[in-house]
Amino acid sequence: MMYFARWKVLLILAVLVLGCIFALPNLLPARIDNRIPGFLPHLRISLGLDLQGGSHLLLQADMESVVRERLAGIVDGFRTELRKANIGYTGLGIDGHAVKLTLRDKNDIEKARPILQSVAENMDLSISPDGQVSAAYSDATLKEIAQNAIQQSIEIVRRRVDETGTREPTIQRQGTDQILVQLPGLQDPERIKALLGKTAKMTFRLVDQTVSPDDAAAGRLPPTSEILPLATPRPGEEPSYVVQKRVMVSGESLTDAQATYRDAEPVVSFKFDSVGARRFCDVTKNNIGKPFAIVLDNKVISAPVIRDAICGGSGEISGNFTIQSAQDLALLLRAGALPAPLKIIEERSVGPDLGADSIRAGVYASIIGFALVATYMVLAYGLFGLFADVALIFNLILTIAALSLLQATLTLPGIAGMLLTLGMSVDANVLINERIREETRLGRSPIASLDAGFRRAFSTILDANLTTLIKMAILYVLGSGPVKGFAVTISLGICTSMFTAIVLVRWIMSVWLRRTRPARLKV
Amino acid sequence: MFRLRFVPDDTKIAFMKGRIAGLVTSAVLSIASIILFFYPGLNYGIDFRGGIVIEARTSGPAQFGALRSTLDGLGLGEAALQQFGGPEDVLIRLERQPGGDEAQQKAVEKVRAVLLQKFPGTELRSVEAVGATVSDTLFWNGMIALGLALIAMLIYIWFRFEWQFGVGAVVTLILDVTKTVGFFAITGLQFNLTSLAAILTIMGYSINDKVVVYDRVRENLRKYKSMPLRQLIDLSINETLNRTINTSFTTFLATLPLALVATGAVQEFAIVILFGIVVGTSSSIFIAAPILLFLGENRLRRGTKPKLVADARP
Repeated sequence: MMYFARWKVLLILAVLVLGCIFALPNLLPARIDNRIPGFLPHLRISLGLDLQGGSHLLLQADMESVVRERLAGIVDGFRTELRKANIGYTGLGIDGHAVKLTLRDKNDIEKARPILQSVAENMDLSISPDGQVSAAYSDATLKEIAQNAIQQSIEIVRRRVDETGTREPTIQRQGTDQILVQLPGLQDPERIKALLGKTAKMTFRLVDQTVSPDDAAAGRLPPTSEILPLATPRPGEEPSYVVQKRVMVSGESLTDAQATYRDAEPVVSFKFDSVGARRFCDVTKNNIGKPFAIVLDNKVISAPVIRDAICGGSGEISGNFTIQSAQDLALLLRAGALPAPLKIIEERSVGPDLGADSIRAGVYASIIGFALVATYMVLAYGLFGLFADVALIFNLILTIAALSLLQATLTLPGIAGMLLTLGMSVDANVLINERIREETRLGRSPIASLDAGFRRAFSTILDANLTTLIKMAILYVLGSGPVKGFAVTISLGICTSMFTAIVLVRWIMSVWLRRTRPARLKV
Repeated sequence: MFRLRFVPDDTKIAFMKGRIAGLVTSAVLSIASIILFFYPGLNYGIDFRGGIVIEARTSGPAQFGALRSTLDGLGLGEAALQQFGGPEDVLIRLERQPGGDEAQQKAVEKVRAVLLQKFPGTELRSVEAVGATVSDTLFWNGMIALGLALIAMLIYIWFRFEWQFGVGAVVTLILDVTKTVGFFAITGLQFNLTSLAAILTIMGYSINDKVVVYDRVRENLRKYKSMPLRQLIDLSINETLNRTINTSFTTFLATLPLALVATGAVQEFAIVILFGIVVGTSSSIFIAAPILLFLGENRLRRGTKPKLVADARP
């Protein structure tokens, strides 16, 4: 037990040296680290948002609205197609996740079936003998719709975040309808929050000029029009427009958008794809002299009067912008519209200097904690306490090395975890030393005492550490963010302590035993 | 050569004499904790209750009166203000806003706007806003984590020792956890995700301690085949007493600076751990061992031979 083969000694030394090499980059300032030759490791521990500063946002997609929008499309489709085929119906509307209507004439059933099925492609269509029609999405289709919507949302969130120039953002799906966005080092979370909170559905629609202001105020509108507010009304301007529901050109046809200036006023210029360009050309050609509303998320940005046909496939939006709001609109149009509105259900933002304060407090606490424990061990066990202290230093180094190597995230609770591991790893040496002491007092020779001490303490240490590891695994799976960091550092610390507290200390003691050959141990 | 030792070697303290007193005291404390858990209840933090916590640093010493009246004027419910760290650091807490998850974000915007307008130079050092969806999930995950941890411990100890040990350890663990919850209720410390991590850590620490004592009991059961269980448990506790105290003391020393230097959640975390170290250590001696004695008398002694085996080491 106290004899070490040469290859084992080499292995122990190799682990220690590698540990130091991998831990080192964390201690060097970035300036020096950059000058180290490339073959040496450069990995540093990545700091959690609570230490580095940054924002953690949890977004929830409103899946219900995706389905509702789809169903509304089906209702429109039924209406147009049935009217085209001259089939009479009543009670067309949405009921839960289904579209329902009743055919006036039972004899129309067979004629209506293929028409309805072609509109409601991937829906379950059922028509009762008395003419009641129901088209519903199956659960599998609903799941697929949600799946696609969330995937698309993640893609668009990523584009929006990337456009703002945030470095190393984490964007991932969580559960069925949530998106986790982590933005390290972010200075101003407000802008990103505002950008992510917008659906950015852009449409070009004609203003309904047939409705008098009085009728509009009283809510007397044709079913094909609606009242939309102006996004940023200038003083003295009418705060809302009556706009046709029919979309002439949609924002999906945009290929590019940029913020520029026109007469010293910020505007957003845009380009259409070929289909969009043609439609825009047709609409503007046929409606010269009429106001054309540019609508974003059900708010009118502006409604300029069409002076000429615009057939170049590009145009400009002016709308009382500031430089920032023009840039943001351009960014949103470039990144595309979200299939579902997102709402922020959790925000945790930490400023960078608070993070720096936390790191400082953590480092101080660690140094003091280490000094206290190390001193106590020497007072309690003398030389053997010193051996344990050496193990403790390497335990710390190896834990840092493992964190760097795994690119694990160190959080503030993670630093607390490191301190706790300090206590736990020294426990192994306390157990061993107490055992050695007991054996010595029973009158055993030094070598027999050391041997028995390690052997008997081992199963206890293993039990104690395994139970802790089980708990940390549970905490890791069920905890979030900073708490996960705690579980990771404790687990790594315990694993490395099995090496430092047992193997390393045993080797140090065996070397010491060979060199000094004491007649009796003084533990 | 000088050696710092809190307990002399070869103590022969008859701990099991106080077994009834120990169990009763523990049961009373735990029952009191459970009552405190329901009334007045815990001070649930933002993770489990939702709401808004903002850490602000004003440009000069914070004017609490003006801040309070400004924030109360927003109609967001009563704002709890707390000074921490330096005189210009203020912790602002708002209850969860009614009206769904996005209402939290609207409230944060309002607070930010009014602070920047009325107290120029104010810096929001951290903002946390949690809606009901998230806090409910976190709460249930937390409860599941606690439950799973208890079950996992029971199975592990059961697997490694006889069932009496498993039951003894888990019952003790439950008593430890209830007392820790009681500690939260009495001190009014925020109960958050980190508090849950603290409780799980205390559980881990406490079970370590039990494992050490139980290990020695098991070893002595093999070694002294005819010693009465009561005497044997006392012997085992005495033999491991120095280790128990040394380990507790070093872990206490390691955590102490954190409780003194850190602020906010981590400081509270450290304070709870310190409490847990005391509870977990004493429960090994006064709770876990007596339970083993009650459960194990006449059972852990199957096949006892009257002959005293002095040393049954392999």
